[in-house]
Amino acid sequence: MKKNIFLLAALIGLGMGTTHAQVQKGSVLIKNATVLTITKGNLESSDVLVQNGIITQVGKNLTAPTGISTIDATGKYLMPGIIDAHSHVGLDVVNEASAPITAEIRMKDVVNPYEIGIYRALAGGVTISHAMHGSANVIGGQNATLKHRWGSKDPADIIMQDAPRTIKFALGENPTRVHGRGNGIQPRSRMGVEAVIRNGFNEALQYKKAWENYTLAKTQKGNTSTPPTYNERLQTLVDILDGKIIIHCHSYRADEIYMLINVVKDFNIKKLVFQHTNEGFKVAPEIAEYTMGASVFADWWAYKMEVYYSTAYNAAILQKNGALTSINSDSAELIRHLYHEAAKTQRYGGLTDEEALAMITINPAKQLGIEDKVGSIEVGKQADLAIFEGHPLSAYAVPQMTFVDGIKYFDRNSDQLDQRQWVAATEMVEPIHLRANEEAHRCMQDVDAYFEAFQGAFFSEKH
Amino acid sequence: MNRILTSFCATLLALLPLMAVAQIDGEFVKPRNGKFLLKNATVVTVTKGTLNNTSVLLENGKISQIGTGVTSSDAEEIDCTGLFIYPGIIDGGTRLGLVEVSSVPETVDYAEIGNVSPNMQALTTVNPNAEAIGVTRVSGVTTVLTVPSGGLFPGTAALINLNGYTPDQMYGGFKAVAMSFPSSGRRGRFDRRSDENIKKDGEKAMKEASEIWENAKSYLELKNSGAELTYYPEMEQLSKVISGELPLLIEVNAASDILNAIKWVEEKNIKVIFTGVAEGWRVADQLAKSKIPVVTGPVQALPTRASDRYDTPYANAGMLAKAGVKVALRTDEEENVRNLPFHAAFAAAYGLGKEEALKAVTINPAEIFGIADQYGSVEVGKRANLIVSTGDPFETRSQIQHVFIDGYRIPMSNRHIRLYQEFLERSPGLNAN
Repeated sequence: MKKNIFLLAALIGLGMGTTHAQVQKGSVLIKNATVLTITKGNLESSDVLVQNGIITQVGKNLTAPTGISTIDATGKYLMPGIIDAHSHVGLDVVNEASAPITAEIRMKDVVNPYEIGIYRALAGGVTISHAMHGSANVIGGQNATLKHRWGSKDPADIIMQDAPRTIKFALGENPTRVHGRGNGIQPRSRMGVEAVIRNGFNEALQYKKAWENYTLAKTQKGNTSTPPTYNERLQTLVDILDGKIIIHCHSYRADEIYMLINVVKDFNIKKLVFQHTNEGFKVAPEIAEYTMGASVFADWWAYKMEVYYSTAYNAAILQKNGALTSINSDSAELIRHLYHEAAKTQRYGGLTDEEALAMITINPAKQLGIEDKVGSIEVGKQADLAIFEGHPLSAYAVPQMTFVDGIKYFDRNSDQLDQRQWVAATEMVEPIHLRANEEAHRCMQDVDAYFEAFQGAFFSEKH
Repeated sequence: MNRILTSFCATLLALLPLMAVAQIDGEFVKPRNGKFLLKNATVVTVTKGTLNNTSVLLENGKISQIGTGVTSSDAEEIDCTGLFIYPGIIDGGTRLGLVEVSSVPETVDYAEIGNVSPNMQALTTVNPNAEAIGVTRVSGVTTVLTVPSGGLFPGTAALINLNGYTPDQMYGGFKAVAMSFPSSGRRGRFDRRSDENIKKDGEKAMKEASEIWENAKSYLELKNSGAELTYYPEMEQLSKVISGELPLLIEVNAASDILNAIKWVEEKNIKVIFTGVAEGWRVADQLAKSKIPVVTGPVQALPTRASDRYDTPYANAGMLAKAGVKVALRTDEEENVRNLPFHAAFAAAYGLGKEEALKAVTINPAEIFGIADQYGSVEVGKRANLIVSTGDPFETRSQIQHVFIDGYRIPMSNRHIRLYQEFLERSPGLNAN
């Protein structure tokens, strides 16, 4: 008997060893906050109880079970952790710019849990970011959804393992510049961009058919057929066609947005989110009807030709036309104040507090396919939370504490001068980055011709 | 017939105030000069406190009266009950009007070839019809310093008001020669120079700067002693700094560079303004001691070093002010200068305080630029640059209701707003019938 228990314990231990590394989960009671639940209204002077990383109770006068610490949030605001649907923070590499389609590339292979940008995002109340491939290719790599568990050493520990797969697409200037004008191959125009996508999906359909034929033949008696050559790139496209991956498409102009809507309709693809979408307002009814909406900048425009005819009222027009809309950063700087970016929808279009806050919480959660787990303060959801001094939509708001899975990863009161986890031994003098803001935009990082050969002369070629 | 015409004109006249807000199809609303009485507002003067139930009369491009009982028989009255009047907001450093689309080189005019080109005039290249100007001014930013960049002495910056059809109509009465102080910092991620080479390059640039300065001094001395000089516009412009006619606007950011710059200007006996000053908080006391005023920003920016506290760019202005430095703010932007009020709010929240933050975008830049007799506060005799807001103009949800620049009532429209009006309820909608 004793031996059996020992064996059982050993087996359990072995089982745990083979699953991915265990992430920390915490318990805490946050008391007397104005709770902005997002999905269930605002609760004055209310408490939220977190047990083992999950929200277990929301209400008044809750008491902490033994061993669970209490945080007094009197006079403060508690909201769900902010979710950024477009980021490159925590990635060592952003673009694999070697071909117009690189669907086999996975950002989870280049996740860097030590990047200080993760901590800085936490200091802005952001608990989840969608770490995306860059926009050099028409069909880029598969993105990683990150949970900002600062201090983790294993990249796997900051990846949200229960988030669905997503993939980056890119239309317009960036892929046509890199491949058409840079390398002399298709696409050089927005016509070519459509062709690359349609050709890719058709090739994927043939690939899928070849495997289906082989699988069928295998069951026949006396079968001698050999399997088709495995191709990760085509298999990923097949997974998109089969609805296993959400497309997140970098796009700006209305014509190219409308083009992709037509393409996905033809291939019966349902899971499509537009990114940036500066001219989304022109095709807002189509985006609302056929897609999972748009993730946009609050007010960026005019930095390149395809965003010259933008409007800061884009988010408001999309929202009022029924499109699912989120506000994203695409920037290591902007990610630190997404609450403020969301508030700009009030300056430009007069959205309500609820609408504005949804754009950085439940709406991006829906676009990432994780709305059943995060994005609002509800019993049963993962305890990703942010405490603010001042209403988060006020320009004077100051984030105070940020929790992921009930663990506090940022506390303004115990913030240290140097929060790095790791320092390069090779750096004698720490680099001083005087144009840090420009550097924050990494959509076209690692595209050599534009960033290194000319000593950054093409720096304005961003996003 | 005549009567119909008269009544039609009367109707049009009655509609005029409305037209200034909401644009009517086929009409183009232009900025309008006139005599305006802004009635019953809360006036935040900046320099003379906050006045309740107060009216402000604007005429001939100036603020002519402020008080509770101000009336006028011939002024156009604008009811400001429940609204707030602030001075026009001033951005102490932008590229507004110098660039249309930053990735299209044909539209980028803020950087000229060459390392020493102080004679390049930003004012010459200001495009009064740049789309970003209309986009900016409805935010309450009425006046900006627009600054060339690129080399060591990239050109001459100019203050402009965001209304007018020619650069001269826009000119705000202040110019400064820009200098980009030689840096010991890395230019960015792509800057792969070794630490040693960065240091060498910095020293070389420093030596060059001093040589150029000596040449300019010689130029001025020769000129003053009546020598016949060959045409040398670069030295001519720099000599204006040496003679005290123009200030030197020095872009400097890294702490060690700031200290070097303080030392470099120490015995030159010239008017100096520092701008950028991202790491000013590290050397705030030395900056305060130098008495050099600072135009810092952007506030919404990343720390310059990975080891820095996350909020240093937000807190920088506050730390400088606390040490005794005279601080104004800038966005260093082109198309999004409209965000200056939000930069000010962040600086306020992280230590500068609301009152000082308001000064940092109104009276402080006016004083630093030597134009406080005309700009930076709501006072009788000053230029009629002011804004009317539903609340604190730094607060994101506030709406700016009216903007006046040089006494012109600015139409509260621009391309962003017109696109909103056209596309909010698109017709045809989803289906083409």
